[in-house]
Amino acid sequence: MFNLTALELARIQFGFTITFHIIFPAITIGLGAYLAVLEALWLKKQEVVYKTLYHFWSKIFAVNFAMGVVSGLVMAYQFGTNWSQYSEFAGSVTGPLLTYEVLTAFFLEAGFLGVMLFGWNKVGPRLHFFATVMVALGTLVSATWILASNSWMQTPQGHEVINGVVVPVDWLAIIFNPSFPYRLTHMVVAAFISTALLVAASGAWHLLKGNRTPEVKKMFSMALWMLLFAAPLQVFIGDLHGLNTLKHQPAKIAAMEGHWENTPGEGVPLVLFGWPDMATETTRYKIEIPNLGGLILTHDWHGQYPGLKEFAREDRPNATIVFWTFRVMVGLGFLMILLALCGAWSHWRQRAYESRPLWRFALLMGPSGLVALLAGWYTTEIGRQPWVVYGLMRTADAVSNHSAITMSISLVVLLLVYAAVFGTGTGYLLKLIGQGPDAHEPPPDGDALDQRPARPLSAATPPTHPPSTTV
Amino acid sequence: MGINLPLIWLLIIGFGVMMYVITDGFDLGIGILFPFVKDLSHRDAVVNTVAPVWDGNETWLVLGGAALMAAFPKAYAILLSAFYVPVILMLLGLIWRGVSFEFRFKADEAHKPFWDRAFMGGSFLAAFCQGAILGAFINGIEIVNGHAVYGVMDWLTPFSVFTGLGVIVAYALLGCTWLIFKTEGDLQKQMVHIAKPITFALLAAIAITSVWTPLAHPAIAGRWFSQPNIWFFVPVPILVALATYSILRTLANDPHAGPFIWSLLLIFLGYTGFVISIWPNIVPPSLSIWAAAAPPESMGFALVGALLIIPMILGYSAWAYYVFRGKVKVGEGYH
Repeated sequence: MFNLTALELARIQFGFTITFHIIFPAITIGLGAYLAVLEALWLKKQEVVYKTLYHFWSKIFAVNFAMGVVSGLVMAYQFGTNWSQYSEFAGSVTGPLLTYEVLTAFFLEAGFLGVMLFGWNKVGPRLHFFATVMVALGTLVSATWILASNSWMQTPQGHEVINGVVVPVDWLAIIFNPSFPYRLTHMVVAAFISTALLVAASGAWHLLKGNRTPEVKKMFSMALWMLLFAAPLQVFIGDLHGLNTLKHQPAKIAAMEGHWENTPGEGVPLVLFGWPDMATETTRYKIEIPNLGGLILTHDWHGQYPGLKEFAREDRPNATIVFWTFRVMVGLGFLMILLALCGAWSHWRQRAYESRPLWRFALLMGPSGLVALLAGWYTTEIGRQPWVVYGLMRTADAVSNHSAITMSISLVVLLLVYAAVFGTGTGYLLKLIGQGPDAHEPPPDGDALDQRPARPLSAATPPTHPPSTTV
Repeated sequence: MGINLPLIWLLIIGFGVMMYVITDGFDLGIGILFPFVKDLSHRDAVVNTVAPVWDGNETWLVLGGAALMAAFPKAYAILLSAFYVPVILMLLGLIWRGVSFEFRFKADEAHKPFWDRAFMGGSFLAAFCQGAILGAFINGIEIVNGHAVYGVMDWLTPFSVFTGLGVIVAYALLGCTWLIFKTEGDLQKQMVHIAKPITFALLAAIAITSVWTPLAHPAIAGRWFSQPNIWFFVPVPILVALATYSILRTLANDPHAGPFIWSLLLIFLGYTGFVISIWPNIVPPSLSIWAAAAPPESMGFALVGALLIIPMILGYSAWAYYVFRGKVKVGEGYH
């Protein structure tokens, strides 16, 4: 297809299936924690607003979770179907880590999800809360294992290579490899931020429509507070992550910054924008700030770090791509901070629930967390190239021995199915969000104090069952 | 070394796959039976019998994949790239089936039939592919110099098509008897009505497979009919007959959990026959579990977790089933 090789097609397939997949777990991580907080607040304060929000977001959680499960299934098998040489080489490390993920996280989530979604009236409130917490915990445990596995591929240690196969020597060193703590915290905070932005945008959309119920106001406000806390924290973590990458994967940093070579005695400038050209080994049309690049990465005014020319041509990641994906992520990050500050300012002026510009800004920023998250992953994964396990195995040596025809057909089929299934699913998610927290009947145990009018359908719902969508 | 790690891991993976076959077997089975359930409120009830548990059931399949990679990376690499086409098709089937659980309750009424068909088609496709993979697995993969010699469509043979159909029937029986267990009234009656023909169909499939397998695979015939293996095999047909008789008997008198439990035994017997046929290979006909094993450092590390955590998983999964015990009534919805 388009004269692409089987290797390129396998890479496109992996990139595209994981791009779809990662969105769902990111929201699952964020919403899982949000639901646990909402249920805790409901149990503590007994204010209906928290319970209504819980039921509203748990439906969205359910649809999102199902999409995460089925798209994740593809990932679990893709290592073998498309990257069998990698699996033979490093399955001894990746396999046990994935096994631990399944054992400690997937089963935990799946085992308690049923009770969380359908068991509101089947178990006591505390037990139900416990189920929610277990699901939320499962999402975080899952992130921990998969990021340990990914980080080991970025900064491998704790192993030996014997007879062409990786043999684990020290599991603690493998799991707690140098980039793991930074990548894990960066990803989890990214998931929280992405979810907060989605929740804020949902609130903003309802506020713009004139739907100013206590639930809508509450979720809008909670999300913006979360953002105010998490977005600046993410800048701090990101900076540490960058320093860690410079230490262990300097070629990636050079590509991200479009930095080709050092001038003796001069600090490295920060290239704000430009077009790194891999063929001519220059960054064209660049706008740069003197010394700032070196200052950020070495914390020294005259600081220098390796340029791309110091690495053999065949060992360089594609600077054109990662330079831009990195800037998309950082740019959106600063817009997120701006949104959080606007929210805080409006709150201070007591105008948060009246400021249309704030709502529009929040609505516009709804998908930005996920876009930044994907851009960040592209940066770190494409920046690891040409290696699949950094310094140990090249991506070209990792791929299965399929023909380009086979890979083309499977790619096209997967593209079509993913577009249909996850496109429709996203549509349903938006529809659910559009119904709003008070479009649902009151929670099943019949709160007489709930001021919303009881609609005929909710009266017809048997009292022993959780709320259902009314469509 | 005192502990035979590859053997222990084979048992764990075998256990995981069996858990998958049994539990997702009835999930997929209800999808396969959807054409027989015409009434829309019945369809909702049918789906609701598994809605709270299907995700946990499917997780056994993920465990199978991850554990195979951990313990036998060479086999994982060879099997999955050899069975590329049926694995991808199975995953596509599971995607359609999995999302339909949620989507059919969230869709407009006009779209609901589409997701019902997706649920049905996905279940059929996944079950068929699993059966075809089973057949292709028994047929074996030739390995030369550590690499599989296997064409992209070599998995597709009359035998693997037959095992594909056989697994569809097996899952249909599990689904049917599960519904007899979990529903009541007209829906249950309908299932009792079709349970008998499905049981006979499965019996026929088992009989044909039992003749076809040794005829087409002399190595397996040798394994079956040699001393002392033959003595392990003699009881199998007797137990199959007992299980079949018990399914039919419990169907006749006020059926509840009985047919389902006896169906589980029937499926289990078929599964053990399969395991005995391929032992001690992880990729028939020649790659043994010892030759494909990961370094002991990998298997030992993962084993600690497996032995500690699998009992806990079984515990809380059983609790989840217990929470949703009892009959699912038509018209009541979890969603």
